[in-house]
Amino acid sequence: MGNENRRLLLGNAAVARGLYEAGVCFISSYPGTPSTEITEEAAKYDEIYCEWAPNEKVAMEAAFGASLAGRRSFCGQKHVGLNVAADPLYTMSYTGVNAGMVIGVADDAGMHSSQNEQDSRHHAIAAKVPMLEPSDSAEALQFAKLAYEISETFDTPVLLKMCTRVAHSQSVVPIGERTVPVKEYEKNIAKYVMMPGNAKKRHPFVEERTKKLTEYAENCPLNRVEMGGTDLGIITCSTSYQYVKEVFGDKVSVLKLGMTNPLPVQLVRDFASRVKNLVVVEELDPIIENHVKALGIPVHGKDLLPMIDEFSQNLIAEKIGKSGLLPAELVPVVPETDQLSEPIPARPPVMCAGCPHRGLFYTLKKNKCTVLGDIGCYTLGAVAPLSTIEMTLCMGASIGAVHGFNKVMGSESEGKTVAVIGDSTFMHSGMTGLANVAYNQSNSTIIILDNSITGMTGHQQNPTTGYNIKGDPAGKIDLEALCRAMGFERVRVVDPYDLSQCDEVLKEELAVPAPSVIISRRPCALLKYVKHKPALTVDTDKCIGCKSCMRIGCPAISMKSGSDGKLKASVDPTLCVGCGVCQQLCPKDALKGGLA
Amino acid sequence: MKTKNVMIVGVGGQGSLLASKLLGYLLLSQGYDVKVSEVHGMSQRGGSVVTYVRYGEQVYSPVIDRGEADFIVSFEVLEAARWMPYLKEGGVIVTNTQQIDPMPVITGAAEYPADLVKKMKDLGVKVDALDCLKLAEEAGSSKAVNIVLLGRLSHYFDIPEEAWDEALAAVVPARFLEMNRKAFTLGKNYREE
Repeated sequence: MGNENRRLLLGNAAVARGLYEAGVCFISSYPGTPSTEITEEAAKYDEIYCEWAPNEKVAMEAAFGASLAGRRSFCGQKHVGLNVAADPLYTMSYTGVNAGMVIGVADDAGMHSSQNEQDSRHHAIAAKVPMLEPSDSAEALQFAKLAYEISETFDTPVLLKMCTRVAHSQSVVPIGERTVPVKEYEKNIAKYVMMPGNAKKRHPFVEERTKKLTEYAENCPLNRVEMGGTDLGIITCSTSYQYVKEVFGDKVSVLKLGMTNPLPVQLVRDFASRVKNLVVVEELDPIIENHVKALGIPVHGKDLLPMIDEFSQNLIAEKIGKSGLLPAELVPVVPETDQLSEPIPARPPVMCAGCPHRGLFYTLKKNKCTVLGDIGCYTLGAVAPLSTIEMTLCMGASIGAVHGFNKVMGSESEGKTVAVIGDSTFMHSGMTGLANVAYNQSNSTIIILDNSITGMTGHQQNPTTGYNIKGDPAGKIDLEALCRAMGFERVRVVDPYDLSQCDEVLKEELAVPAPSVIISRRPCALLKYVKHKPALTVDTDKCIGCKSCMRIGCPAISMKSGSDGKLKASVDPTLCVGCGVCQQLCPKDALKGGLA
Repeated sequence: MKTKNVMIVGVGGQGSLLASKLLGYLLLSQGYDVKVSEVHGMSQRGGSVVTYVRYGEQVYSPVIDRGEADFIVSFEVLEAARWMPYLKEGGVIVTNTQQIDPMPVITGAAEYPADLVKKMKDLGVKVDALDCLKLAEEAGSSKAVNIVLLGRLSHYFDIPEEAWDEALAAVVPARFLEMNRKAFTLGKNYREE
């Protein structure tokens, strides 16, 4: 939107535009909030080949292959995805690239949609590759383009680090044209075959490159000094820069770092010498702060500001305001506001009405199973009233862990402990865990929650859906055949809307002293092609208010006072999709419509 | 001018992203610097959601903090009360009177507080509350709650009606434009009974 050359773009869409303008030809990614829209937006440009890979490691290797072949390439992921792809990353640092290669990574300070709050800058330091951190959408576009220049000039993959606030904020972006630089592929065993003899020669190259990049950091357009008042100097990066400017404007001086690895030395020294007091404002870990301290420069940082959660303007105003580093007239005012005296009930996310996971989790709860969970919408199976999942760690961990759990507990846990994992997560890193169960033979039951889509991140296709990122027909992996080929003799398929079938099959598979797989198959109720049934209605003459239907935690069902003053079930017709799961729990047949 | 702040709050799935898209388009067309911050992913699944819209000569932070909002546009009453501390002194809450029970209320672990609009007014907060669902249905679709709210919000803005209409036309599908225009007008001309 906006006029032709000035658009209001989401940070992630601005990265996609930058990739387009930089002439990127190949993108392979795995979805993960808050990184997903980079690849989704890039897929809207016909000139760029885009795909969803089964996981981040495969995506990064595919992008590396494209770079090797001479085309600029990209792969995107969230912070924890970079852990999965760390293996190729750390050695790509040694090989370098042919055509430019950029790796997008989106951190999630505040954990809006993540299982941890790790700081990706550690990966940049450990892998010894440069990292750029834009602070708004315009920089996201510029930095994405510049990253390819750096990649090719210094022969290195480049990390482009986003965070939730930059990725998911829209700001005004000037846009440009696309140009496509291409390199020839040349066989070069010494550079690209990382066996010890070759890698030993490449490691000195990596150290030398870091020195050159540090020199670049001293004068590059990514880092800049904005001199203002000199009572306080603030070194900052990413979205923290915006909060600092919001609070202080030009009342303080700012060293804004767009490249956070490697960090400049002389630039920091010079800036420090021009201000009375120095504070580093950075979210999560004290990386810039430790760099400054290592230079022997007195500096404040995490002694004033938290290491957890994301920042905001009020937080910075308050913490720096009371630090004593500012003269009284510069101490910012933090507004005080009223709130209601009574508590406001929380509104946590819930499984949607008609979610196919609900019936399966109800069955697991009813059978008092110990459930080791995984990453996806179904993690909400840990939330009341289902409260069923007892462990969630990382992608694929449900299967890895259930094996170890059953091996040591033996008959104590076998027959009641299961792993639950979604179709996309299973393709991502569940298959290798399953191979371990098949190979080392634990008596475990693995339940694949196949809702025919990658749900939590907003409906991306995956290798089991039969469609690609553009929605065109693609290869389709047959889950039953795959599990059988791995050696599972017992592979069952159930419909999670059918509670008696789920119960029967679960009991059978738990009773059998052998590894087994149950595929719980029903497409996500939010998919456009899924047809909904009319909303259920409650026969209030029959309803005895027993709350049996409330046990599944459906947001469409609540208890309301009837005309006789007694509590009766009530179904919200704007939410109910007529899945009929609650109907199967009603002892009085009071819910009408749906499956019956 | 000083940066102005509009918060849009509601329950995941209620259509707040379209509202922020329309405001973003409108304010950009008026020549302002604009930032819009959204939350995607986990919290969209029926959770409490908030979108920040900021505009002015130069906007830095993408988020709105406590005590900064000139307007809170709320799709649901409990959410208006939850985010009320973000309103600045003299700010206005424009809220739908619809109530959607959160899971702790559904399971009986908490109660939905009564008379929230009155309680907020009693604290001296300016609350403009209207039944947007009813007005949206009157316009032709229960999904137009967001446009009714924006119509109401427009009443407080010094931006020509044609600019709002152009923004509306830019963000809603052509086949729903007339219905949404009606929803916008119903919200704008609403009078407290």
